Amino acid sequence: MEHIVIIGNGISGVTAARHIRKNSDKQITIVSAETKYFFSRTALMYIYMGHMKFEHTQPYENWFWDKNNINLKEGYVSKINTATKELSFKDGSALTYDKLIIATGSKPNKFGWPGQDLKGVLGMYHKQDLENLELIAPNNDVCKRAVIVGGGLIGIELAEMLRSRDIPVTFLVRESSFWNGVLPAQESEMINKHIKEHHIDLRLSTNLKKIKSDENGRVKSIIIEETSEEIACNVVGLTAGVTPNIDFLEGSGIKTKKGVLVNRMLETNTKDVYAIGDCAEQHEAIGLRRNIEAVWYTGRMMGEALAQTICGNSTEYKPGHWFNSAKFLDIEYQTYGWVFSERNKKDYESYFQWKHPSKDICITISYHKKTQQFLGINTFGIRMRHEKFDQWLTEKQSIQHVLKYLKDANFDPEFYSLYEKDIVAKFNSEHNTQIKVQDKSWKRIFSKA
Amino acid sequence: MKAIKNIGLVIFLTGLTLFTATIFTGNFTFTQQEFDSFVAEKGYKSELFVEELQKALVTDENVNIFEFSKRVRNAVDVNNQYYNELIAKYNAEKNWKKKGAQYQYKINGKPHTISFNIAKKAGSGFVKENAGLVWFLTFGLGIIGALLFILPNLILLGKPGIKNDHIYQQSATNRGFIAWLVLVYLVAFYLVLYFMADYVVNWTFILDPISKVLNGGDASQWFVYGFLYCTIMLTMGVRMYIKYRHNKYQIIRTTSVLFFQIVFAFLIPEIMTSLNMPGYDFKNAFPLDYDFFFEWNLKSLTESGGIGIFILVWGIVLTLIIVPVMVYFFGKRWYCSWVCGCGGLAETLGDPYRQHSNKSLNAWKLERWLIHSVLVFSLVMTLVTLYCYFSGTSSFLGIKSQWIKDTYSFLIGAWFAGVIGTGFYPIFGNRVWCRFGCPLAAYLGLVQRFKSRFRITTNGGQCISCGNCSTYCEQGIDVRAYAQKGENIVRSSCVGCGICSAVCPRGVLKLENGPEEGRINPTEILLGNDVDLMQLVNKK
Repeated sequence: MEHIVIIGNGISGVTAARHIRKNSDKQITIVSAETKYFFSRTALMYIYMGHMKFEHTQPYENWFWDKNNINLKEGYVSKINTATKELSFKDGSALTYDKLIIATGSKPNKFGWPGQDLKGVLGMYHKQDLENLELIAPNNDVCKRAVIVGGGLIGIELAEMLRSRDIPVTFLVRESSFWNGVLPAQESEMINKHIKEHHIDLRLSTNLKKIKSDENGRVKSIIIEETSEEIACNVVGLTAGVTPNIDFLEGSGIKTKKGVLVNRMLETNTKDVYAIGDCAEQHEAIGLRRNIEAVWYTGRMMGEALAQTICGNSTEYKPGHWFNSAKFLDIEYQTYGWVFSERNKKDYESYFQWKHPSKDICITISYHKKTQQFLGINTFGIRMRHEKFDQWLTEKQSIQHVLKYLKDANFDPEFYSLYEKDIVAKFNSEHNTQIKVQDKSWKRIFSKA
Repeated sequence: MKAIKNIGLVIFLTGLTLFTATIFTGNFTFTQQEFDSFVAEKGYKSELFVEELQKALVTDENVNIFEFSKRVRNAVDVNNQYYNELIAKYNAEKNWKKKGAQYQYKINGKPHTISFNIAKKAGSGFVKENAGLVWFLTFGLGIIGALLFILPNLILLGKPGIKNDHIYQQSATNRGFIAWLVLVYLVAFYLVLYFMADYVVNWTFILDPISKVLNGGDASQWFVYGFLYCTIMLTMGVRMYIKYRHNKYQIIRTTSVLFFQIVFAFLIPEIMTSLNMPGYDFKNAFPLDYDFFFEWNLKSLTESGGIGIFILVWGIVLTLIIVPVMVYFFGKRWYCSWVCGCGGLAETLGDPYRQHSNKSLNAWKLERWLIHSVLVFSLVMTLVTLYCYFSGTSSFLGIKSQWIKDTYSFLIGAWFAGVIGTGFYPIFGNRVWCRFGCPLAAYLGLVQRFKSRFRITTNGGQCISCGNCSTYCEQGIDVRAYAQKGENIVRSSCVGCGICSAVCPRGVLKLENGPEEGRINPTEILLGNDVDLMQLVNKK
């Protein structure tokens, strides 16, 4: 029977395994050096904060794997021999495969800062990072201050984690405003303010020069590039993005660039070897997407698509409309379609923006200047219905249409204040239009595009 | 702020300690004169019993409630043993007439209840004479302390939003030492309340003045329980308001359960009693209200004129029409999370423990067996009772009406709903009773699962499988298992508390009353991949 080996038990690898099992009775082995059982990486922060225990982050009970006849092997792959179709492990053992799926995910970026490998420096990506953090920053007696370098989603999550234990945090962000390479200024500024309100020492336009060590090889302080200011700290979090975790592929003949190069079928240059998730790199970008998408949802989609192919139903990785979500401390963020920041704005792209006068609620709708076509939406503090925006994007609706039926898309809990009227009133006054907000209709919500 | 919290905790514990300590105070004796008038009032036929009781209770010693209870129960024992022997003797002699005559001398009823009733009259001491002051030192300090502990959270919790920080790092909320202490206290409380009410007769003295105002009579242990219940729900309701102040659904829902508990479960029945009507909780639907069809209740209702008949009809309409119709439109949440008293306590007092419900598949299997068995048990009991009521016999198909009622009251009413259901909050979570035992929840659940507009909708492909929803589901539903498949949740156990939606960091879950069609949507592939879903489903 064909033996499918999957390296990596993150969301991509496990999704692939589950869908292969659903559609076939092939032999499946998932290899991981991190943990035996699949857990949700996105939930690591909640363990440190005390919302959950590690076992709560495991979506399947431990018997699930046996019951579904999915073998779990703990081990670190050190070498792949694609000619003999054999994996060698660090501990000397070996495993042969018929088809190999590389789903090894990411590792935190390190940009060669002096002191970046000292004790007390960590990323926040693996389970081991969390265990490490628990040791070096259990409370604000042991960890007097932490410095976080890099202003992305993991950075702000790490800041939130440390603040939950009242550890003072200095947050160094290279950009002039938080995540403004992705977010429009309105939103980025709102998040800046929100970060500061959580008593996080946010330093914008600030770079790390070096990390200084004490006599035991532990972090003592950091120096800021621009001002040469020295900040004493016990922990440094490096969260300046991630890169594919593929060092072990060297010499295997599998073609890589930044990540493992794959085509739209998620095939590598080597027969019967595939790559999915954070570590896969498309030869050419799909639509407006990046070649490497280190996003939970795309990893899952690749896993689904590849499982179909492996089970004989050749399926391209064909991601639909872009969507993503995150949470910045207390502010929920969702995005559907494309909204580019001012910095990366397309020349045809125009914004309509609304912000609540006092609360941390705002939206940006991106639309085509000429055709008025709706291109995408960012929502902060308002939940929106995925299906609805997917449908509108597919139908290439105009922004006027979206605004008119915006109530259909609201996904906030019952009794929440609704802002569609305010939003549309602002649009009307800015564009001299007469759009009237329509009441929510189940019929429209359930009509598929 | 932390200091205020700590002071609050100390004041609360002082109040709780004093409240507990009152049990051990007071003197329970009769003067000869009091005793004579008591006996005259009761009209005991057994001289032996009166003699025994007098020996035990008319004394110069300082008798506490435990000694008092022992003496009363002993008097009952001595008396009943004597007459039982006589009965056996006449039985052997086949002297039926004399045998039959002995029964009137036996003392019927549960010994602790007899003791409670006598203690209520015989008690004296500081608590009884200073009810107002003692109320302040127990309930008063408890409330003030709890509020001082809770109110600083307005500032300490920071900006509004889900703040579950440290729940799994604290003894009280992570099944630690404190949690076990709370469990022991709660279990002991329920055991005493249900089975040894005489031990806590002092608590009723504290509330006698309030009881007199409300219903015109002295407080019973059930009045104490009802009053305490409302007090705890209100205080812990304040905690809910602060914790979920960003979430209007939670605010409104909490207000609703508080309103129904205080007005419907507590005030209205008390006031009805003061007006010489049967005290009835209009929101308490059968079969949760399992004794609604018991003879004593039917008798009391049919004998109290128009209002009694109204209650009888209302009770039946509530169960047979209002409940299923409301569940059809709004799901069982309208009852379990908005109206029910058990649910109200679970959502307020129990909120800090909601994460402890077991989400394993095995627990779900056990749940389905247990809760439906209780439903069947309650229905059989009701049928037997009704049959016996109308036919005038004492058993149906060999099941004795009295036996099945006693068994149900003891096993389900007292042990399951009380001792385990609430006592085990800190370890098994706050909805043990609702999830595993409540027959009404089982009934509502059947409607919710098969014929309702209610579901929890999951938002396309936005789930990141983090597990917050499952962790904080008090009903032990593995919400994530559905959310990560993009599948609507129509589980019969869902009480619609809305916390899964509140704790979701990605806005994936929403409680909805939508069209029935399409409510059950097993999805094969999540939104995101650009595949034709219909084509894919049809291919299967």
